Amino acid sequence: MLTAPVLNYSLLAPILVVLGGALLGVLVEAFLSKAVRPAAQLAIALGTLVLSFAQIIRVRNLTSLTAAVNSVTIDGAGVFIQGTILVLAFIALLLIADQDNFAAQASAVPGSEEERSAIATGKIQTEIFPLTLFAVAGMMLFPLASDLITLFVALEVLSLPLYLMAGLSRRRRLLSQEAALKYFLLGAYSSAFFLFGAAFLYGFSGSLSLNGIAAAITGGQGNDVFLLIGIAFLSVGLLFKVGAVPFHSWTPDVYQGAPTPITAFMAACTKVAAFGATLRIFYVGLSAAQWEWKPIITVVAILTMAVGAIAAIAQRDVKRALAFSSIAHAGFLLTGVLALNKSGLSASLFYIVAYGFTTIGAFGIVTLVRDSAGEVTDLNRWIGLGKKSPFISGMFVLFLLSFAGIPLTSGFIGKFSLFNAAYETGNITVVVVGVLASAVAAFFYLRIVVMLFFTEPTNDSVTVVIPSIMTRFAITFCALVTVVLGVYPSLLLNTTQTFANFLK
Amino acid sequence: MNPYVPILVIGAIGFGFAAISVVAAAITGPKRYNRAKSDAYECGIEPSPQAAGGGRFPVKYFLTAMLFIVFDIEIVFLYPWAVTFDKLGLFGLVEMMIFILTVFIAYAYVWRRGGLEWD
Amino acid sequence: MTTSSNLVYLIALPLVSSALLILLGRKADKWGHLLATLVSATAFGIGVMEFLAMHTRTGAARAATQHLFSWISVGSFNVDASLLLDQLSICFVLLITGVGTLIHIYSIAYMSHDRDRRRFFAYLNLFIAAMLLLVLGDSYLNLYVGWEGVGLASYLLIGFWNQKPTYATAAKKAFVANRVGDVGLSLAIMIAFAQFGTVTFEGVKAGVPHASGAAITAIGAMLLLAAAGKSAQFPLQSWLGDAMAGPTPVSALIHAATMVTAGVYLITRSNYIFDASSTARLLVVIVGGITLIFGALIGTAKDDIKKALAASTMSQIGYMILASGLGPVGYAIAIMHLLTHGFFKAGMFLGAGSVMHGMDDEVNMRRFGGIGKLMPITFATFGLGYLAIIGVPPFAGFYSKDKIIEIAFNAGGTKGWILGGATLLGAAITAFYMTRLVVMTFTGSKRWDEKAHPHESPILMWLPMAVLAIGSVASGFFFNSGNSLVNWLAPVLNSRGVEGGAELMKPIVVSGLALAAVVIGVGIALTKYRSNVPIEAPEDVTIFTKLARKDLLQDSFNEAVLMRPGQKLTAGLVKTDTNVIDGLVRLVGAIFIGSATALRRIQNGYVRSYALIMVLGALALIAMIWVVTL
Repeated sequence: MLTAPVLNYSLLAPILVVLGGALLGVLVEAFLSKAVRPAAQLAIALGTLVLSFAQIIRVRNLTSLTAAVNSVTIDGAGVFIQGTILVLAFIALLLIADQDNFAAQASAVPGSEEERSAIATGKIQTEIFPLTLFAVAGMMLFPLASDLITLFVALEVLSLPLYLMAGLSRRRRLLSQEAALKYFLLGAYSSAFFLFGAAFLYGFSGSLSLNGIAAAITGGQGNDVFLLIGIAFLSVGLLFKVGAVPFHSWTPDVYQGAPTPITAFMAACTKVAAFGATLRIFYVGLSAAQWEWKPIITVVAILTMAVGAIAAIAQRDVKRALAFSSIAHAGFLLTGVLALNKSGLSASLFYIVAYGFTTIGAFGIVTLVRDSAGEVTDLNRWIGLGKKSPFISGMFVLFLLSFAGIPLTSGFIGKFSLFNAAYETGNITVVVVGVLASAVAAFFYLRIVVMLFFTEPTNDSVTVVIPSIMTRFAITFCALVTVVLGVYPSLLLNTTQTFANFLK
Repeated sequence: MNPYVPILVIGAIGFGFAAISVVAAAITGPKRYNRAKSDAYECGIEPSPQAAGGGRFPVKYFLTAMLFIVFDIEIVFLYPWAVTFDKLGLFGLVEMMIFILTVFIAYAYVWRRGGLEWD
Repeated sequence: MTTSSNLVYLIALPLVSSALLILLGRKADKWGHLLATLVSATAFGIGVMEFLAMHTRTGAARAATQHLFSWISVGSFNVDASLLLDQLSICFVLLITGVGTLIHIYSIAYMSHDRDRRRFFAYLNLFIAAMLLLVLGDSYLNLYVGWEGVGLASYLLIGFWNQKPTYATAAKKAFVANRVGDVGLSLAIMIAFAQFGTVTFEGVKAGVPHASGAAITAIGAMLLLAAAGKSAQFPLQSWLGDAMAGPTPVSALIHAATMVTAGVYLITRSNYIFDASSTARLLVVIVGGITLIFGALIGTAKDDIKKALAASTMSQIGYMILASGLGPVGYAIAIMHLLTHGFFKAGMFLGAGSVMHGMDDEVNMRRFGGIGKLMPITFATFGLGYLAIIGVPPFAGFYSKDKIIEIAFNAGGTKGWILGGATLLGAAITAFYMTRLVVMTFTGSKRWDEKAHPHESPILMWLPMAVLAIGSVASGFFFNSGNSLVNWLAPVLNSRGVEGGAELMKPIVVSGLALAAVVIGVGIALTKYRSNVPIEAPEDVTIFTKLARKDLLQDSFNEAVLMRPGQKLTAGLVKTDTNVIDGLVRLVGAIFIGSATALRRIQNGYVRSYALIMVLGALALIAMIWVVTL
């Protein structure tokens, strides 16, 4: 007998608001004139995020397993991650609002007459705003989803807009389009793995929900081969999204090719969402099978930290270098997944906040370093930038120091608490590799510092543009968070402690 | 009996029918070749010797196909809803209206931005 | 201990204002300097109120603390961010905010033509915040944060006009010299943490009696190295002269009154360490003694008015360091000289700035002369500072410097004679170079260009000079009457109540000797420089003048003693250890770079390869999981 399901709209409001804002954005695209579109879209997007955040504040202490039948779980960690995504998206949106970075008309063939006329007439592609909101909605659903179908839907909702957005760069468009296609193909490929794994897990447990899978594992009935293959393939899908080795290959190419504000958005928000989902799946669904998956995630974490840190050394392009740095950070975050206890979860939550803001700030500064042909990402041309613009370079150094985990920055506290949590659970190997990888990475970061400040400039065509007020606010806010969380971490540590729980 | 056996049987019958049809057509049909028959079939439109853009199909075909699929999927959702309409009640109605609304928003976008114009 | 909740505002206000001014950019150009000055004045007001409140409390309750937050609290590793305002810190708070505010006011006028005035004030506020954190931190770690902060602010301000490469080089030189000192401070903190398990002043003080003598001496020596870096003491003194590249108010605030005295603060704050190690004390005295003569000698030959004053600062801080190396009797005296010096030296720097302001930024004293008549207020305030620094009674310097000479003699034995003699000699040389400076600048015939039009500075500039001049006149008497400053500081600096040693020489005798030294110095300078000052520096001078002009070869010394042997040593080490250490290092480096290159090769850009890697990875995962569950 079929009964009508019940949706708790009030608890789902944060996501629904974002989706509503996105639809409104589509309507604006359809019916408003070109002149008012950019301002309207920006206002709608920012307003939507603020409104959604207000909803988050409202539901912050509520929990529910049945907000959308059994497929969405509202709990502390989920709400915290949603809030983090919203704030990060807000900051990233301020960078995105600088339309100078995006193709005037994405459908025009690169280098064609059509493209030139589009640039000349000042066309801009304002679809980027609703696309961002759709992606944000998917990201907010992803870490809350507690059944495999919803997980997959959320994964696709967050991914599809990103595939498009990655191809919208105004300069070096072929590279950007190549990145988008690459991202799409590999993303679809990884989605297939994810779906395949989900099917195996369903075959194993006869249930789509994480709790049902957990119960089946504890119950001990079912085909273990299905379970193991399911875990492995599901992990491939998740590890692809977080950019863990060996599923990381897309990261440098896509980060480099995508318009830098989009890279910032992807690197921060996608990673936060993907880690939120990963944490939930492993903490809630698969924790009973930890002896099976812990060794492989340990190996992946070690490989990720090592490859990310080492490969960064050989990079000559600042965006690629930051991409490898983000790979290394995915490795650090995986140690939080491995910890599988409350302090590990709390440390992971702190880390994603710290990492997210630092990342957006760093990419935000990359958008400012330009020559006549656009952004300059060749590291050799950043030499001596500290003399020309000490303030911006100083901020960049701050972000790098945070990436490297130097005290008095948020990165230090994040790494410290994360490694501490891993150490408590006796996972010494990961901690040792993590510290070593940090040391290798620190070498790379300090090399950039030396290049910026202590090497004589050889080239004068590179300048730092005066940032718009929004970009300025975004970067400054990120720097502020980086410093405040380094100096006064208990501000956030207490919050993550309170919110660090998954409802099972 | 295993409940999947009938499905298997139906599958086998379907495959068999297709195979038999193809083979039967090849054996029994008359074969008179002409130029038009060996041309690519392009929705009844005269296939040009060399399509604009280096022999590629115009992307507009793709767009139209996508639009078709969007409404196809809408129908896929509408049918089960119609069947269980009385059981789902108001909830079903509201949700379906929201669903249709979102599809129409997308449709309005395509329409306003010239997606329905061939040139 | 009292708890107070106001201390944080002392630091927070200037910090926030500084951030605002930087972030708002050009929008704040119109009112930025006013905000910065107001904030500095407010901080001074808070300081005064805290001082009055402290005055009403008695005994141990005088010191106030404020716990801000737990920075890191993991297991046994606990670091708190707390502030401590005791009798010693309040002196510094008042000096920093008081002199700081005056210099803010002065800078409004001095920097009025600079298009980056707002940025300048942002850095000034940043400096005030960092310096207050330095003196208010309740642990070495908190002090260290402030220590780095003032280093940063100083670096930014010295290089403020960084469009000129020499100025940027000067900033870099200061940066490097300070880094050497910072290594000392961080080593001291690490040793202290290893020894005592804590780095708070209180914890270290409590732990000193139980620690090994060698460790205490090591901490003391490292602290001294840190102090030498920050306070431009031998052998890290060379950066101060070059630091004069910064705008003159910066020289007055940072490189005369406050930041360079942080070394003295560090040593007096760590009095319990130096009390427990006579070796460390001896090192301090030696460094102070050498620097006070060294700086004074350099001062005699400088024609650049700011560099002459910088050399004098170096020398005067040498006095303070020397006094603080003399143990419990000396700490308070060092602080007294620090405070009086803060007044008169800042005043004279501002005076020099005023002269430069009127003379189109000319700094060469040989191109001054007879300015006193045209700039009477500058001359008067500068003159009062001059009388104070050479130690003419009853001006401020007389009280503080006489005390140092007195306790130097009272150190007893040969040491006493050497130290006493050095301080006396220093006093004579000080009198000489300061007289030379004043005579060459303010009296005699005019030697400036036709284009220059010396004129008195606006009120915003001379008012702070006047206030500082009052301090130069009266502060010494005030601090000395009834031994008020020494008694005030005793609970912090002399908690065991150590009395001064036997009076080997009556104070009146010391004063007499000192005055005689001053008279000799002044006399020589007057006869030599009252008239006929050549516009170009004469070349036919004695070897000593030549040496002094070259800063007593301090740079050559650095190069010859530190850099070259260091380079040779490194080269030698590299040669001998190519096969062992360097080989290893290179091997590790090669492994990393090799693997990085290999990784780069895998990253070939083809989707098909990436997909293949993913498949292999997925298979590897399954294989691993299969092996694990076997």
